[in-house]
Amino acid sequence: MNFDFTEEQQMVRDSIARFVQDDYDWDTRKSIVASEKGLSPDNWKLFAELGWLSIPFAEEHGGFGGNIVDLSVVMEELGKGLVVEPYFPTVVLFGGLIARAGNDAQRAEWLPRVIGGDVLGGFAYVERQSRFALHDCLTTATSSGDGFVLNGEKVVVFNGEQADHLVVLARTSGEQSDRTGLSLFIVEASAAGIDKMNYPMMDGQRVANVTFKDVALPADALLGEEGQALALVEALVDEAIIALASEAVGIMGVLNTKTLEYAKTREQFGVAIGSYQALQHRMVDTMMAYEQCKSLLFKALCEYKQDPAMAAETIHALKVLIDRNAKHVFGEAIQIHGGMGMTDELDIGHYAKRLMMINTTFGDANFHRNRFVETAFAA
Amino acid sequence: MDTAYSPEDLAFRDEVRDFFQEAYTPELRQRMRSSHKEGAEEWQRKLNDKGWVAPNWPVEFGGTGWTATQKYIYETERSLAGIPNVIPFGLVMVANVIMAYGTDEQKEYFLPRILKSEDWWCQGYSEPGSGSDLASLKTKAERDGDDFIINGAKIWTTYAQYADWIFCLVRTDNSGKKQEGITFILIDMKTEGIKVNPIISIDNHHSLNEVEFSNVRVPAKNVVGEVGKGWTVAKALLAHERTGIAGVADVKRAVRVIKEVAAKEENGGQRLVDDPGFQQRLADIEVELMALEFTELRTLAAQAAGGFPGPESSLLKIKGTELQQATQELLMEIAAYYQGVLPTDLEPDALGHEFTTEARMSYFYGRAATIYGGSNEVQKNIIAKYVLGLE
Repeated sequence: MNFDFTEEQQMVRDSIARFVQDDYDWDTRKSIVASEKGLSPDNWKLFAELGWLSIPFAEEHGGFGGNIVDLSVVMEELGKGLVVEPYFPTVVLFGGLIARAGNDAQRAEWLPRVIGGDVLGGFAYVERQSRFALHDCLTTATSSGDGFVLNGEKVVVFNGEQADHLVVLARTSGEQSDRTGLSLFIVEASAAGIDKMNYPMMDGQRVANVTFKDVALPADALLGEEGQALALVEALVDEAIIALASEAVGIMGVLNTKTLEYAKTREQFGVAIGSYQALQHRMVDTMMAYEQCKSLLFKALCEYKQDPAMAAETIHALKVLIDRNAKHVFGEAIQIHGGMGMTDELDIGHYAKRLMMINTTFGDANFHRNRFVETAFAA
Repeated sequence: MDTAYSPEDLAFRDEVRDFFQEAYTPELRQRMRSSHKEGAEEWQRKLNDKGWVAPNWPVEFGGTGWTATQKYIYETERSLAGIPNVIPFGLVMVANVIMAYGTDEQKEYFLPRILKSEDWWCQGYSEPGSGSDLASLKTKAERDGDDFIINGAKIWTTYAQYADWIFCLVRTDNSGKKQEGITFILIDMKTEGIKVNPIISIDNHHSLNEVEFSNVRVPAKNVVGEVGKGWTVAKALLAHERTGIAGVADVKRAVRVIKEVAAKEENGGQRLVDDPGFQQRLADIEVELMALEFTELRTLAAQAAGGFPGPESSLLKIKGTELQQATQELLMEIAAYYQGVLPTDLEPDALGHEFTTEARMSYFYGRAATIYGGSNEVQKNIIAKYVLGLE
């Protein structure tokens, strides 16, 4: 039994924590979010130099060769700083899909570019009608000569505004909700026939609705086997959920620490509000909510590291618990901060908004509770 | 035990319903969204023309003389029609204080102007250092001939950016207990030395402000009640706030909206409204709501019988705000990925979603409902002390 992190993991953690503390204070983060691009290209270069963009990729492509625990450490620390640079869309989703589904040539072409910070990527999978059903897909890619022609629309594409390349989930055969007939394509975001509508999100992300009108794709744009993409995507989503849960745990820890500090220093009726038992009990509850999430995250990490298939049930449970406990933690953080917690100026509300977006990404608690019931009760 | 409406009540309900249908036009609804101040003033003037803008005022000052049941019917119909409440700072708050404690001159000047929505009012209670502990306020008022000179700052002042007047609690005496030496005073916002600093709240909206006073000269005749007795005045106002209804009709309307929009969302072929997990959570809200409706009616019956509302009134704010937040949370979930969209120039059709802004703003602004008007923690202290007798 061992829940310790390796020396290497501790070094990565410290290096990100130092960056957040020294170079990513609240005002800096605010000005990056408000800037034209909504991210700092200099930071992205720095992330590449420090090796953070290489963590999940194999050494043969210049990667760090990290496992799920390494990725979890990175995401937790980035979460603590509410870092808006698109690590999740570019490294975890875009890079993750190519690493899983790409052939040798595609991996050799793309992964070094991701690792080097030379590409900003995204994964276009949500459609207007799809909610959390990955296979509910109306976007089509039809064979044409050697290649394909892409038509349709994807919405709320994370990093969609800045991404120069996207992996797009499209239907090469079958009906709207068939589980087969889905394929993945690497698409240049500026290709002819692509129209992007950009908009900002409450957690500082820039996203886009992307429409494809007769977009011509070469044959080697196809990522993985034609028609067989769903299993690949679902496997990636499991990893992505663990990454997001790690980020959420990082954020919840920060919220609890900040709230505790505030309760110890804010005085009303001549005493610190933290001296009131009613508030003490509530902060005990949020501490427990955080620790429980951390425990379930560790269980998911242990299982996934051994065999990703082993973690399926735990990953649904994790999404349920993170959703519920995150709302509990940020709800109390806002409430205990009182009027201050209601301001856009203070960081508390921004942590809350990121947690809300994490909760809804790849399915909320309700969605995963249903999947959990299907998985756990079927046995 | 009987809650059936009389034929007169039913006729009144139809009259209210018809009036709302006719007077609250789609154009006005749109204006309330795009320009809050103009929209609210236009609606309040329409209500005043009808004689309905101040149902709770005594008839002599322009109230309606409605029975408690009629007031309840009116509020319910208003909420179900999706019409926001009147802006309370003038019509509900300061008006009640002026009626109870004001001089004849104050009544004659301010009350008709409030009825006609000629002045926009805001409330200067909280200060940066004084939230739940309101009596610790420090904004200072020093006597200078016929005037007071005011220095200090108020915070969380809703719509101060529109306001013509602010009613304030200020400190006129430091020598005794902190509750003593507080004075309730009316200040013209155009007076020299007043500065309004916007505070953007977590719904990304500007409704809150900080109001700074530096050497602001206010005539002593603007004091309401006696100098040094402002705490009594303020407490009367807070008690009035607390006997308000719990917003059951607002939650009912939210449940109706949730059912409508959840019927349009699907996860891989299953409508969200048919999802058992979703249904159960909505059912939990509705069960609690049914009970709260009758708690509200019990309060109403007690008031109608001329008595003071009993212990049941104390839980109205707490339970009401909890249910409001629960419905706001469900609406965010229904919006799924779209819940995070900030206001854009994109039309709903281009965006692919209709109610995302409403969901996000009401969810985040709704967090304040358990903080303002005496946080729910303070409400529970009040119940513990005055209802349960715990010291």
